[in-house]
Parts: sequence; structure tokens; C-alpha cells
Amino acid sequence: MAAMAALRALRWRLPRTPGPGPARRLSTAEFPSPEEKPQFPGASADFADRLEFIQPNVISGIPVYRVMDRQGHIVSPAEDPQLPKELVLKLYKTMTLLNTMDRILYESQRQGRISFYMTNYGEEGTHVGSAAALDDTDLVFGQYREAGVLMYRGYPLDLFMAQCYGNTSDPGKGRQMPVHYGCRDRHFVTISSPLATQIPQAVGAAYAIKRADANRAVICYFGEGAASEGDAHAGFNFAATLECPIVFFCRNNGYAISTPTSEQYRGDGIAARGPGYGLMSIRVDGNDVFAVYNATKEARRRAVAENQPFLIEAMTYRIGHHSTSDDSSAYRSVDEVNYWDKQDHPISRLRHYMLNRGWWDEEQEKGWRKSSRKMVMEAFEEAERKPKPNPQLLFSDVYREMPPHLRRQRAALERHLQHYGEHYPLEHFEK
Amino acid sequence: MAAAGLALRGALASGAAVAVRRRGGLWSCLSPLPAAPRRSAAHFAFQPDPAPSAYGQTQKMNLFQSITSALDNALAKDPTAVIFGEDVAFGGVFRCTVGLRDKYGKDRVFNTPLCEQGIVGFGIGVAVAGATAIAEIQFADYIFPAFDQIVNEAAKYRYRSGDLFNCGNLTIRAPWGCVGHGALYHSQSPEAFFAHCPGIKIVIPRSPLQAKGLLLSCIEDKNPCIFFEPKILYRAAVEQVPVEPYNIPLSQAEVLQTGSDVTLVAWGTQVHVIKEVAAMAQEKLGVSCEVIDLRTILPWDTETVCKVLLNGSTAFCCVGHSSQFRIISKLAEGTLCPLIQVTDEYVE
Ligand SMILES: Cc1ncc(C[n+]2csc(CCOP(=O)(O)OP(=O)(O)O)c2C)c(N)n1
Ligand SMILES: [Mg+2]
Repeated sequence: MAAMAALRALRWRLPRTPGPGPARRLSTAEFPSPEEKPQFPGASADFADRLEFIQPNVISGIPVYRVMDRQGHIVSPAEDPQLPKELVLKLYKTMTLLNTMDRILYESQRQGRISFYMTNYGEEGTHVGSAAALDDTDLVFGQYREAGVLMYRGYPLDLFMAQCYGNTSDPGKGRQMPVHYGCRDRHFVTISSPLATQIPQAVGAAYAIKRADANRAVICYFGEGAASEGDAHAGFNFAATLECPIVFFCRNNGYAISTPTSEQYRGDGIAARGPGYGLMSIRVDGNDVFAVYNATKEARRRAVAENQPFLIEAMTYRIGHHSTSDDSSAYRSVDEVNYWDKQDHPISRLRHYMLNRGWWDEEQEKGWRKSSRKMVMEAFEEAERKPKPNPQLLFSDVYREMPPHLRRQRAALERHLQHYGEHYPLEHFEK
Repeated sequence: MAAAGLALRGALASGAAVAVRRRGGLWSCLSPLPAAPRRSAAHFAFQPDPAPSAYGQTQKMNLFQSITSALDNALAKDPTAVIFGEDVAFGGVFRCTVGLRDKYGKDRVFNTPLCEQGIVGFGIGVAVAGATAIAEIQFADYIFPAFDQIVNEAAKYRYRSGDLFNCGNLTIRAPWGCVGHGALYHSQSPEAFFAHCPGIKIVIPRSPLQAKGLLLSCIEDKNPCIFFEPKILYRAAVEQVPVEPYNIPLSQAEVLQTGSDVTLVAWGTQVHVIKEVAAMAQEKLGVSCEVIDLRTILPWDTETVCKVLLNGSTAFCCVGHSSQFRIISKLAEGTLCPLIQVTDEYVE
């Protein structure tokens, strides 16, 4: 306790550095009667003379920003991003190619060809709308259900497949489960399984990027379930206090595996947390690719220009099972899923828009479906033919230089395989 | 707060004096204490190394000053380097970052919110973006909220990405070990929790001279490092330390004294204890001890330690945690060398 007293005494002796809160800056001289205004360093506010608790839902729900209605009509012309036809086609083709890749890889897991998979069904609009609004060098920290972002940046199908197969072409050297993509050249940080860990990391990267003055931003994707992790809190609070150019992009798809949002949080979703952290926040219709685009574009622009973080909560729906290890019929109805699949799908909404504009027709749709399927199948077959990485790669990249004890282990494995190799499926591995 | 109190009391003598003066009235009612021995300090005698001649001009520094000096060198050399943590901006509760904010700017030496998982996660991100991150955890006892970020993230970043991304530029510093009055939560030595985790390096210095060279090596090393600072030495240990930067290599134990009968291994503060023990053993028992400071706990220098074992010590004594001890015992199996571990098996 003496230490506390000493610290307190010291605090008063230190030159006061101006803090961000207005309350701390006010000197008593500005208040003829100090009783009129609270002087606590922790908050700026007025006194209240009535006992009243704050309602958690002060506002009756944060509105969902949208640009297009479900039929693909622009609701308010002023909000139309007026994207050129080529760009809209690119959005559409990426969303549909992702959908096709998902179907084939999902099926391949069902057939036992790959170990695991996670589809992006129904969330394509959030990926592609946000990716299109970013600069291609903005650094992406993802969760795992954002393959469309990487696809929008031109990541080739055979590398998606290589990762899912963990074959010799996988830049990750076959060390992670399927869908844990990463690409240095496309500024997409390798996915990690532990949830929300990327959130404070993304903030640190944004801080370093701000210092490098590179006119870059960081975007960090996560699910509404991951937003309950302590790391999410850490990330939001650090970004706000350390003034980082970052866009937090929450995909609120209604579920964290089987847990519905009603059991995940009691406040008004994730966007409602923004004010609590001192973050700019917005809720958008994630199935409206233009709404996602507009919100991300503006958030990104201001994040860099003003060095402050933004939080986007994109409302969407996870149409697929959580993963191939999940059967969602155990916790939700087929009718519920059908509604989103048939009535409110980001791909059909954008297709309606394109059809309305005369930029697309049934013929083109058929042709594209066929050719995109062929592309995916070709990449898939090639991936399947490739061997798995050399077992010696088990030991590299633990440290930048391999320490002696790992070199010894590697040599021991080599000796072991020379003697007992016949008991292992070595024929599937690169020599 | 108690251990922080110790650190603060010296550094902030004037502040502490104010506090005591205010209490003067109350204290004066109490009868004076009989001359009693101080009961709140651990016993050991710090044994300084001679001033080095290889790195130019030296200055008398205690451990926290040698840490500051290393951080100062690191910030001067590398414009991307940033230092952050709880209360580091004003100099840190142990005074390791004093003056650095004013010298290098508020964007390079700054406070974070009070959140260890945030500090380490943030540091990883800084490093992934290519800058140098020097994170401070206020006490090693409070590193556990960051366990996941260290063990699942920092340690595996390079491996899981196939070397596409890494956070090798991250160094985590934390005051470590007991002072004598910190009790349960200001005294822990949690290195063994991390010692089983491939992908990180763990370093614990025994002195100011060692601390500076080892910390600079951690900061420059391209792997994430945890640097534990024996906080009892912050003030108690004083040596001549070079002002200029220098490096002491990681993963190299140091043989401080050669001997033929017994080998003693320790790290951090305990090195001074085994040095004293070695002298006593020689004097009282005529036993010749080899004394080794392990310095890097992971990946540790098996070669130096095993060489001594194979040279035929008749006994081997490891002061510290059971993790190393167990490995060493395996190595010593073939030598018929009796092994003694000076710590509880379960105190890891
Ligand atoms: C720290 C941690 N806890 C639990 C899990 C297991 N897990 C994987 S995904 C998931 C649900 C995540 O839900 P959400 O964040 O909403 O993302 P979504 O799957 O809906 O895209 C859980 C619990 C994990 N990967 N990491
Ligand atoms: Mg979810």
C-alpha cells in the first residue's frame, strides 16, 4: 500500500501529458464552480440527479445499411457506387467461382479425397464486396471463411487446391488443415485455427504500417462468435487507443457452429460495441455486395486518412454447415436455410442487378457456369495427382535456422525411415 | 503491488518520501522497532564479472540501467523498433524505459491498455508487418493471459505459414523471479511453461553485463524471444557495462568455473547461489565444482552441458526447473552420474 501511495504521490509530480478525454484537459479555472461538472479523469459527462440505469438498447436496433433490394434494384440512387460493368462482372465471377470451388471441394471431402472443408455459401457478398473496396496491397488478416477475398486478389485455383490437398505445391508445406490459406504476394496473412488471435495482431500490423506511412490499411475479418473472445476485446481497445488504420470486418452469419447469436451476445450485435470502444461503426446488409463495397471503401479511406479504426458488421447467413464435420440439421430447420438460399442470396441479388442492367443473360450464365466448373475440375485433378511434401519438411521453419536438436531429430527420422520405411505410406510423399 | 513497491521505492525515492511524510503522525504513535534482521529479502550475493575491454567505454550500471541502455541502442539503430506495454511510457514500474519516450518519441515508446493478450498479439502483428516489436509484460506472473498468443501464435507463425510470414522481430520482456516480499503473484519463474514450446527462444541473464548483450541478441534474433529479467537484480546487481551495443550469442551456455567432481547448472539469480556453493564445496569439502550458467533456456545448449557430463563429473546438480533436469537426467543415464535437482519436482 505504501507503494500505491508513492505511485499516487509521483503521479501528481509528473508533468501532466494531455490525454484524449476532454475531462482530463479541463482545468478548474474553466469552471467557476467545480461542482457543476464531474472532474473524474475517466469520463467526460454531466452529473445526473435522478437514479436511472442505462438501457442496453438505447436505440431500437442499429439499422442495416443497404444499396440494393432483394430484386437487385438500387434503393437510393445517391448510394449507387456506379461501378463499371467490368468490375461488376469481376465481382460476380469471383462470387460464383468461389461457389463452384466450394461445391467441388465439399464433395471431394465427402468422397474422402481431402480431410476437411469449410464452405462460404451465402457469404460471398461480404468477401468480394469488401475485397473490391480495398487496395490490393492492404494487409488482410482473416478467420477462415474469407476465401473470396483471396480469390478476388487473383489467387489461382491450383493453389487453393494445393493447400486443401497439402501437396508439394502448397506454399504452407502441408502443415495445416484445409482452408488455412496464406499468400505473401497478395498480402493475405496465413489463416490460423485459434479463433480471434488475428484481431490484436491485425492491430499491431496496422500500427507498424501507420508508422511506415505507406498509405496502406489493414482489414481484419472475424465471425460474430469469435467476437466473444478476449482477443477481440483486446484488438478493438488497442486499435482505438493506439489510433490504428484498420477496418474490423465482422461477418455476422447467425451462427458459431451450432450456437445462435441469441446465445452469443445480449447487446445489439457487434456494431453496438463500437461506441463502447470509441470506434466508428456501421451495420450493413452483407448480402448486398454494393453496400459492403461502399461501407468498406469509406471505412478504408477514412481509416488511412484519419488514422482511426472502423468496425463493419456485415449481416449475412451461413447457408452451409459450419464445416464438413458438422450437420446443421441438428440445430436449425431446413426452412430457415432455404429462405436464405432461395430468397436472399448475395449471388442472385447481384445477378438480378446485372440482368436488370442488360449486362448478363441466361446464355452467359450457362456458359460461365460450365467454363468455371471446368477450370475448377482441372485444378482439382492436378492437385490430386501431386505427392505430399517430403517428411523432412516436418522440421524446418520451427526456427529460422534449424537448431542442433531438430537437426538430430531430422536425422533420426531419416534413419528410421531407411530401416522401417516399408511400414509407412512413403509412396505418397515427395522423395 | 508489493514487489512493484520495492522497485518504486528506490527509483521514486522522492515520491515515496512524500507518502511517508504524510503518514508521520500515525507512525509516531508506534513504539520503535527493536533492531531486527530484515526478513523480507532473499539471500544471495551478487558476484559481478570484471569489466569487459572488448566493447569500448563502460559505465557502472545496475540491471535496469543496462536494460535501458540496450533498449536505447536498439531504438537508435532500428527506426522501426517500438517499445510498448503497461506503464512503459513514463519509464516503467521498474524504470527500464526511463527517458526513452522523450528521446525517441511517443509513437515509439508508448502505453497500451492493460491487457497482456493484447500486448503480445499486437506485438506479433507489428513484427508480421516487418517492424521490430519490443513488448513488456509488467510481471512474468501476468504473462499467462498471453499464453495462447505466445504458444499458439508467435511460436508457430513461421512454421504454419511455410515461412511466408513470421514474427521473428518480436521480443517479450518480463521481470521475473522472486525479490523476497512479492509472495505468490510477484515472484514466479514461469519459464518451464514455455520451455516445452518449439518456435520461441527463452533467455534469462544473470547480470547487467549479460543482460544487455543477451537482450540485444534477442531483439536482433529472427525468432520470437522471451527475455525474463531477474527483478531482484534490477538494483542489487551493479557492473561495468559497455555503453555501445554488443551481442552475447543465444543458445550458448557459459562455463563460469571448471571443476572435476560435480557439475552445477543454473540460470538467472541462482547462478550466484551456485557460485557461492561451489566456493563452499571447495573450501569445506574439498570438492571441485564445474559451474555453468545456462543463459538460454530454449533452445538450450545441450552440447556444453553434455560435454561436461561426459568428461566425467561424478555428480550433477541442476538448480532450477524440472524440465531441463529431466532432459539432463536422460542424457546422464549412460554416464552413471548421480543427479540432484534443487527444486520441487512439481514447481515448474
Ligand atoms: C479459440 C478457439 N475456440 C474454439 C474453436 C473451435 N471453433 C472453430 S470455428 C468455431 C465457431 C466460430 O464461429 P464464428 O466466429 O461466428 O465464425 P463462422 O464459423 O460463423 O464463420 C469454433 C467454436 C477454435 N477454433 N478456436
Ligand atoms: Mg458466425
